[in-house]
Amino acid sequence: MNPEYRLYHPKWHRRKVPIFWWLRKWSYMKFILRELTSLAVVYAAVLLLLQVVAVSRGEEAYANFLAFLERPRVLAANILIILGLLFHAVTWFNLAPQALVLRLLGRRIPDRVVLLAHYLGWLAVSALIFGGLARL
Amino acid sequence: MKGRSIEPFFWSLFSSGGMLAALVLPALALALWVAIPLGWLQAPGHQHLVALIGHPVTRLCLFGLIALASFHWGHRFRFTLYDGLQLKHLFGLIATLCYGGATILTAVAAYVLWTF
Amino acid sequence: MADSVAIEVRRYRPEEKSEPYWQRYEVPVREEWMILDALNYIKDNLDGSLSYRWACRMGVCGSCGMMVGGEPILTCASYLADHLPGPIRIEPLRGFPVVRDLVNNLDDFMDKLTAVKPWIVREQEQPLSEGEYLQTPEELDAYKQYSMCINCMLCYAACPIYELEPAFIGPAAIALAQRYNFDSRDQGAEERMDHLSRDEGIWACTFVGECSVVCPKDVDPAGAIQRYKVKAMTQWYKSMLLPWGERKR
Ligand code: SF4
Repeated sequence: MNPEYRLYHPKWHRRKVPIFWWLRKWSYMKFILRELTSLAVVYAAVLLLLQVVAVSRGEEAYANFLAFLERPRVLAANILIILGLLFHAVTWFNLAPQALVLRLLGRRIPDRVVLLAHYLGWLAVSALIFGGLARL
Repeated sequence: MKGRSIEPFFWSLFSSGGMLAALVLPALALALWVAIPLGWLQAPGHQHLVALIGHPVTRLCLFGLIALASFHWGHRFRFTLYDGLQLKHLFGLIATLCYGGATILTAVAAYVLWTF
Repeated sequence: MADSVAIEVRRYRPEEKSEPYWQRYEVPVREEWMILDALNYIKDNLDGSLSYRWACRMGVCGSCGMMVGGEPILTCASYLADHLPGPIRIEPLRGFPVVRDLVNNLDDFMDKLTAVKPWIVREQEQPLSEGEYLQTPEELDAYKQYSMCINCMLCYAACPIYELEPAFIGPAAIALAQRYNFDSRDQGAEERMDHLSRDEGIWACTFVGECSVVCPKDVDPAGAIQRYKVKAMTQWYKSMLLPWGERKR
């Protein structure tokens, strides 16, 4: 007998959630990683802004910035950031069909079509960016 | 309508920023920060860039991208801290830091691009 | 196939012990047995004190949901043989207060369910003489997916947000709100929006997406919530840009 138990006074048990609950399951882990890609996004925004500042400060500042980007550590960090950005993009597009339910002639456009449209758009935008920068 | 939260507004910034970031940033980052430093792509000349960024449309696009990306981060990171580290009780502080940070970044971007 | 398997049940018997504990049983393996059959075997042959809920044995009543090997499943719909070699760990669904053994208290879910008004809300009922409310197949299709919910609460057990923040209205209740919002006969979308577009409503959701993964009926509550967010967002902008449009209610 449990001495703390009082007859007819049910005592529920509530589980505590561990601080690092997302270590429990791979899918939760993936979720946290996905959410952390926001850091890569804000990093990219800041670096982009710094690049604009460098360009505005004149030729020398711009050349310095390019040299800065070539440093191995900076390059390595940037590659890591790009992996984060890619993870963001892929997870973002993959979830899009669930949020975006479009109907055509009373029928739901299949998820695969919505997904494909997103990836095609991504491809087009990426090609545009590469093409544009290559022609500058 | 009364009592409904202002969350829809932040969510709209979060989701448009997320979409924009997903579409644009991987390619942009890969080109500017990997392909060019490694010499796969030739670095655009200074005058070309000045002319490009000097164009109001480019500046508007850059501003939109940086501002929305910042708020995308602010909103998402706020919830990462709430849920990921169980800091819901620091509600006010975290919201101020995240959205405040995003606002500052947006303001700096506006200033830099306006005075370019 | 092995002829027996160990099953470890997370037991909670408050009159004996304040904390839950694991108890191990050896049950025979039969090809056609579901996890629930193994539990029934324990109850009938090994230990009559084991408490758990079940009713229909065919994936319709939604009462036999448990965590098996850490995943929320309907125990009547998962073969015992698929969980070999064991030991198979069985726990009550996560996120709910445990009453005893595998039995949870469901009051919170029930309250949340009724709060979203999961029925057809009309401003004015059409008189009987005018006949029934007719619906085209397309109109049915608009909400049918959400109407498949059996209230099994697997989605709540999969949702880390609900566990962290019990005030969160949660996946199934929001999906059921959508089931009526998308029903052409319903006129309650506004009232439901007031209740759901709150911090504990749709905005607490961060789209972990696990609810839709575990749902045995393909309801896709995660999708339902995101669609709700899009709707709430457009309404918010409308009410900001056209404040007078909102007042008329
Ligand atoms: S939405 Fe799916 S998982 Fe959730 S209660 Fe309904 S049937 Fe069960």
